Amino acid sequence: MNLLDSITLAFETLAVNKFRATLTMLGVVIGVASVIVLVSIGDGAREYVESQFRALGTNVIIILPGKAHTSGGPPMVTASVNPLTIEDSLALAERCPSVHLVSPIVLGSGTSKYMNRSRSCPIIGTTHEFQEIRNLNVEIGQFLPPNLDRSERRVCVIGRTIRKELFGEENPLGKMMTVAGTKFRVIGIMRKKGMSLGMDLDDLVFIPAGSAEKLFNANGLFEVLVSTRSADQIDRAHREVKELMLRRHDDNEDFTVNNQADMLSVLSKVLGAMTYAVGGIAAISLLVGGIGIMNIMLVSVGERTREIGIRKAVGARRRDILAQFLVESVTLSSFGGVLGMSLGIGSALGAKAVFPAMPIVVSPWTIATAAIFSFAVGVFFGVYPARRAAALNPIDALRYE
Amino acid sequence: MILDVHQVTKEFPLGAETVRALRGIDLSVERGEFVAIMGPSGSGKSTLMNILGCLDTPTAGTYALDGAPVETLRDDALAAIRNRKVGFVFQTFNLLPRFPAWKNVELPLTYGGLTRRERRRRAESALESVQLGHRLGHLPNQLSGGERQRVAIARALVNGPAVLLADEPTGNLDSKVGAEILALFSHLNAAEGVTIVLVTHDPLVGRAARRMVRLKDGLKVSDERDSDLT
Repeated sequence: MNLLDSITLAFETLAVNKFRATLTMLGVVIGVASVIVLVSIGDGAREYVESQFRALGTNVIIILPGKAHTSGGPPMVTASVNPLTIEDSLALAERCPSVHLVSPIVLGSGTSKYMNRSRSCPIIGTTHEFQEIRNLNVEIGQFLPPNLDRSERRVCVIGRTIRKELFGEENPLGKMMTVAGTKFRVIGIMRKKGMSLGMDLDDLVFIPAGSAEKLFNANGLFEVLVSTRSADQIDRAHREVKELMLRRHDDNEDFTVNNQADMLSVLSKVLGAMTYAVGGIAAISLLVGGIGIMNIMLVSVGERTREIGIRKAVGARRRDILAQFLVESVTLSSFGGVLGMSLGIGSALGAKAVFPAMPIVVSPWTIATAAIFSFAVGVFFGVYPARRAAALNPIDALRYE
Repeated sequence: MILDVHQVTKEFPLGAETVRALRGIDLSVERGEFVAIMGPSGSGKSTLMNILGCLDTPTAGTYALDGAPVETLRDDALAAIRNRKVGFVFQTFNLLPRFPAWKNVELPLTYGGLTRRERRRRAESALESVQLGHRLGHLPNQLSGGERQRVAIARALVNGPAVLLADEPTGNLDSKVGAEILALFSHLNAAEGVTIVLVTHDPLVGRAARRMVRLKDGLKVSDERDSDLT
């Protein structure tokens, strides 16, 4: 019996008991659909995080104070932590050839006031270069002017939210506002940027790094951002930065150099693993669906013992019977797989339509995996019943009531 | 010689004991013969039938079907022989209830590698040869007992087998319809030259054949031809 005949026969046989076939398929339908939906959400989350990182620039290196990695040995005597300083950042800009821009960052928070209105928000002390490294745009006025690294000039640039909350319809340019208790002149307003990695970039006040250090009485910098001209210079810049910093800190590695690309790949791996885990949990229901198919195929072999006997009497070989029942179980699971795919893709796209903010990505790779899995479930759980059918003795099978 | 059985024995384990269903049977059937195998129940006639039909293999002895020894063949080779050389007719018809008449007749052909169109053509002509050309699309439960048995006969003949084996073919039919089926066998044997071996315990049925073999306790006790019978 050729494959086309077998498939036709399988459909004819399953059509006899439509309700039973539908119920049996339901397990696979739900399994495949939930795998697709969950993996699509996982992929969406990963893509979202990756795009957020990419928006920050893959040509960026971040230097943090303190050592991120712990060593196995006893703490070294010399392992005191020196703070990162504005001088460090100036040296990086001057002496590392691969480094394009450097921007020190002092982070604080406090209350900003104008007239009788006030708002509590993060305050970032930084330099002119920050704007370019982070791809920010100014709406009105200007960003912090260049060469103010050590300056304590009292000028500030505010985000959109601050402007709306404190100034309303008034033009803030040139106005004096109070930032953490000190008067600053507003010289610029940022264009709307929105959330980025959990921080609202519209709800910020930028002031010169030197002023911020004084204002918050900060012991060193929060971090230093370094950018290269292109992403492929990042490894060389990373080495240069590390070398210079070691020299400046007396060979004591009391700082951490992260490059954005490394962080992205680690994060991406973590999120990928989570997607697999969630998809794996969903695949359990696919497994349960497979057991359902096996169960119903065993029942079917029992019910159709006489048919098997007749087929064997007129010349069906073992492999003919094996193929007939295997094709039947694979038809069940594949058909369920197709329905599950439609349901899964439909729900994923539906959820995306209803909640556009939800990051959902239905990749063809996910669909292909689900298709292969549903086929494999039919084969795996169909083999045992089919072998039982094929092994029946024709004489006993014909006598079976 | 179509069938050549020589000193065939068959033993089954039954609990701790061994049942000796056949205890050394010799039987030769020529092309075009119509043989009835008779005997009381337990005489071994069904066991002999299963061996003749290649559903079972003998414990000892030799059996050649259409000139080829089959007693040493394995499952798949036996299946191929059943498909091409043997046609079965059973007491209970053994039709597939969900298949229309023509599909039941087509069944042996689906294991033979013919095109769909050719299979259908052969199935239809086999049904016409048993006067059921007007019942092609009927399901078995839409047919009378006699019609069902004729569908089964068409199925047995569709591959042009070397021998037609019938096991109590009239056992589930009333005497009038049974007589019609026996008449059909006689016609197939006389007009088409089909070799027929028929198993029965009913002497009336046995009389339709031109040769009668009697079994008892797994042994052949008599073997009479037409001329002796009259």
